[in-house]
Amino acid sequence: MTEAVKTTDIEEILKYTSVDELYGWEWEYAKEIEIRGRITRDIIEEISRVKKEPDWMLRLRLRALDLFYRLPMPRWLTGIEEIDLEELAAYVKPKAERTEEWTDLPEEIRKAYEKLGIPEIEARFLSGLTAVYGSETVYSKMKEKLEEQGVIIMPIEDAVQKYPDLIKRYFARIFPPSDHKFAALHVALWSGGAFVYVPKGVKVEQPIEAFFFIGGSLEGQFEHTLVVADEGSYVHFIEGCSAPLLKRYSFHDGMVELYAARNAHIKFTTLQNWSRDIINFNNKRGIAKEGAVIEWTEGSIGSKITYTYPSTILAGRGAKTSNIVIGIANGPYLKDTGSKVIHAAPETASRIVSKSISNNGGISVYRGLVRINKGAYNSIANVECDSLILDESSLAYTYPHNQVEEPTATVSHEAKTGRLSEEQLFYMASRGLDEGEAKSLIVIGMLKEILSDLPLEFVSILNRVIQLEFSEVGGVG
Amino acid sequence: MLEVKDLSVGIKADRIKNILYNVSLTVEPGEVHAIMGPNGSGKTSLLYSIMGHPRYVILKGQVLLDGEDITGLPPEERSLKGLMLSFQHPVEVEGVRLSTLLIAAWNKRRGEADLLKIGDARMLRDMRQLASRVGLKPEFLRRDVNVGFSGGERKRSELFQALFLRPKYMLLDEPDTGLDIDGVKLIAENISRIAEDGVGILLVTHYARILNYVRPDKVSVIVNGRIVDTGGPELAERIDREGYKSYGVIEVD
Repeated sequence: MTEAVKTTDIEEILKYTSVDELYGWEWEYAKEIEIRGRITRDIIEEISRVKKEPDWMLRLRLRALDLFYRLPMPRWLTGIEEIDLEELAAYVKPKAERTEEWTDLPEEIRKAYEKLGIPEIEARFLSGLTAVYGSETVYSKMKEKLEEQGVIIMPIEDAVQKYPDLIKRYFARIFPPSDHKFAALHVALWSGGAFVYVPKGVKVEQPIEAFFFIGGSLEGQFEHTLVVADEGSYVHFIEGCSAPLLKRYSFHDGMVELYAARNAHIKFTTLQNWSRDIINFNNKRGIAKEGAVIEWTEGSIGSKITYTYPSTILAGRGAKTSNIVIGIANGPYLKDTGSKVIHAAPETASRIVSKSISNNGGISVYRGLVRINKGAYNSIANVECDSLILDESSLAYTYPHNQVEEPTATVSHEAKTGRLSEEQLFYMASRGLDEGEAKSLIVIGMLKEILSDLPLEFVSILNRVIQLEFSEVGGVG
Repeated sequence: MLEVKDLSVGIKADRIKNILYNVSLTVEPGEVHAIMGPNGSGKTSLLYSIMGHPRYVILKGQVLLDGEDITGLPPEERSLKGLMLSFQHPVEVEGVRLSTLLIAAWNKRRGEADLLKIGDARMLRDMRQLASRVGLKPEFLRRDVNVGFSGGERKRSELFQALFLRPKYMLLDEPDTGLDIDGVKLIAENISRIAEDGVGILLVTHYARILNYVRPDKVSVIVNGRIVDTGGPELAERIDREGYKSYGVIEVD
């Protein structure tokens, strides 16, 4: 970041007095290319041409498109029928050359990130940052020290050109498009996002972040993150997302693939704060090889509907995963979250923690699958589900599912549902806090576990967002 | 002055059940007014009604705080105006640290938009000092409010919160239950000190034990939702000797 850049001081963000002020209403931005209409072979070819992709990537996209049309609509999803893919833009390229300098970006694009203090956070805490606006990466930079260590952080399109072998090996292989209709749609339309490769033994000290912004109504965002951590390496990747308040909805169908080689450790944190006009579908999966560790932590705060089930395949002896998802459904919104862990090797261990908060008509759902394959000797899986319901109009559901084929494995599941009592509210009121403030403190308390190793500035911004969320008791959010 | 004027209160259940009848009392700044009464006489209900618990319905009368009618205000606004209730059985609030609750309450009093802001490091230092003054170790500040606290620790925490938030008037509900005699002395010492600083205290107690250490300026006796007697410290001494017999109440321990 250069001196000339005017950043929104984090202090300023903490002074916002409403969620609306924090997000702002959608504003105009110049577009270079916009592709809309029925998703056909022509559209896919057009996107691929714009990106000057090699033929193998186009073929992968077309295979995925074919799957998209053949696969059934997942029947367990509620709310997804609201999406009319034909009225959504499949691809939106803003009029902005990709850059390493914030000052190069047009003001209307830059302000999306400045409003949330991203350049300031980058300068102070991050090893690298990829910023996606609509369908394209508009900013990508990595600190010099990492370059010396051989770390790669680049827009995934660049990696397709420069590191085709790595991309062919992992891209859409950890999470194949054949899994379900929206995974197929994602692979057919993917655009924007980050590729990270950490060489053997390299420990990346400061986190790497990707930040996704949707700038307008009726846009589809199909960003893709691929993190490959080679043997014995460590990396912490943070993804953040935001959007302004929109006149209509927009659709996010992103994918994250993680590959942790032997003894590697990947920590992946998601801070999801889409505005209330985003339908948010995520496809997240990691593979952990022998002795490797994958940690997913997700704070799912915003959006109209979110479907997110970060999953790990424990594919090598002694691999471990921890998967913490905290979802807040505050208002007439749906958080359909959960996790999947496949124990496919001996002595593997998993821990799933799901915490949900439902308030003001919100619905929280937990869907989980723990599968222990035959031969995954002495594996341990532990699932904890806490649902907190803050008022009478809100709901929480839990659908855990275990498939244990290995008799030496240990699987435990604990679920509890709590309600905020009148006595708790009265207690906090007697200290001067109104209902919304009391709820926000409880929610911030529940988020503690995912906030613990984030930079303090992230934490204070998030704390402020939660306070704003709950300050509008009975409001629209 | 905190003034309760001719207050009649009902509690919301299937129907409204009357629990307090024509209660009048006053607490001057710096004064300790003890309310004594047998179990179930309406002592806690009186404090809850003054604080504005939503389940207590005011049927008649007023609560005035320094002349201002606060009868219709929600509890959080009463708190911000300087009223504080110290609970007999404070509830557990999982997920909220004691320090977080107090930082938020402190910021709220100062009109700070961000309730979790730590604008001044002195705030945390004061907190630790005041906690130790009531015999609460600093690690309690990091624990969730009342979660896993013993009865005595809860009492210490309630008083500590009052020391930190400095209300104008305090409603203390059985502040000494669950404490050993050293604990009672320490709590009493602090209550006296708060009163000396000019805080008006309405202290509810069943037994006179605490009043051996906190000398009340006034004592009122409440039985079956009515104030049946008012006097000075000698009234507490008599109840200590005789119980509530003279009010027609025989209690079996």
